[in-house]
Amino acid sequence: MSLRRLLSVSAMVTVLQGSPLATEATAVASPAPSTIVVAKDFMFAPASLTVRAGSTVTWTNSDDEPHSVVGEAGLFRSGALDTGESFSFRFDRPGTYRYTCSIHPRMVGTIVVE
Amino acid sequence: MSDQTSPKSRREALRCMAFGGAGTLFALAGGVFTPVDLAVAATDRQRAARAGKPLFVQISDTHIGFNKEANPDVGGTLARSIGLVNAMPEQPALIIHTGDITHLSKPAEFDVAQQMLAGLKTAELHTVPGEHDTTDPTVTEYLNRFGKNSDNRGYYSFDHAGVHFVALVNVLQFKPGGLGTLGPEQLAWVSGDLKGRSASTPIVVFAHMPLWSVYEPWGWGTGDAPQLLTLLRRFGSVTVLNGHIHQIVQKVEGNVTFHTARSTAYPQPVAGVGAGPGPLKVPADQLPAMLGVTSVSVVRHPRSLALSDATLA
Repeated sequence: MSLRRLLSVSAMVTVLQGSPLATEATAVASPAPSTIVVAKDFMFAPASLTVRAGSTVTWTNSDDEPHSVVGEAGLFRSGALDTGESFSFRFDRPGTYRYTCSIHPRMVGTIVVE
Repeated sequence: MSDQTSPKSRREALRCMAFGGAGTLFALAGGVFTPVDLAVAATDRQRAARAGKPLFVQISDTHIGFNKEANPDVGGTLARSIGLVNAMPEQPALIIHTGDITHLSKPAEFDVAQQMLAGLKTAELHTVPGEHDTTDPTVTEYLNRFGKNSDNRGYYSFDHAGVHFVALVNVLQFKPGGLGTLGPEQLAWVSGDLKGRSASTPIVVFAHMPLWSVYEPWGWGTGDAPQLLTLLRRFGSVTVLNGHIHQIVQKVEGNVTFHTARSTAYPQPVAGVGAGPGPLKVPADQLPAMLGVTSVSVVRHPRSLALSDATLA
């Protein structure tokens, strides 16, 4: 097993133990796939999404009305996404990230990063 | 109405019916409001004169940049709205825009909107932002253009013809799942602004989102508006004007009259009908009747304000 592979496995194990530092190492060594959240009918679907650290989440607007994606803690913020437009953000650190649409704040979603 | 009624007189009769409905509503508030249809006023100078001097016209939700099926030509309908105002026999002293000037907060959209609004004969324009105007992280596009008279806060007040105007921002402090918010800092500013003013001063408050709960599941309200209303209740005449919901909804509570304006761009569904508050597609021939502006006049005896709504139909 190469040193790189060994580091990756080691990091994966540490992820399960919840170390943010090790999570970043995992992200570099083994990028997780992109995951899609769709804004449609004034809802984010899925409303709650669990991904691995290092994953990129992409939001796509499928409504006739623009939507935005604004993280509660200010970590990420899209502009207004018109119909068919997308916004992506990579989550490197574990945690629970709540977000809303600043145009329709009743629209809420959560990304859980493990 | 007989079957011989000409299309024109039928249209005017329908306007009168609308006028009668609004008049009844305001009469219930104590009989001090005398709404007159702006489109009728444009052709009936005597009636317009009886309604009082036009103080200002409210334009709302112009959504420049919107290009979907519900109205592919929002520039055209704004131009017709501006033409309607410019055709008033006596021009209003002010224009108030209650937000969603643009659809996506893009510089080019703001530029087009500003150029078009400059076509109003009445030059004095007061604005508040809508949530569609503030989607850039620093709200730079809106504030660079319209923030000068508020030190870039967005909220401000001014006086005209003995009426005190308070412009508020309730689209910047959204919490997930929440309604519009004024925030403690702005509420403290309003408290100071109103302090010492005579209770007989007519007050006009305007903000983009309704300052009363129209329909919470769609976010049509402002969470901390009750604190604002506590500050306003001692005044004898308070008019609260909002946009956001693209349709007229009115309520009278004591001395406070709440009124939301039509959009000049596209209608939205009635509260709770459909998936959410998006653009409502209607047959092209029905669209003009669902778009328009609101005119507010000063009524001298007793001193109060009268509201009237006009459509593009």
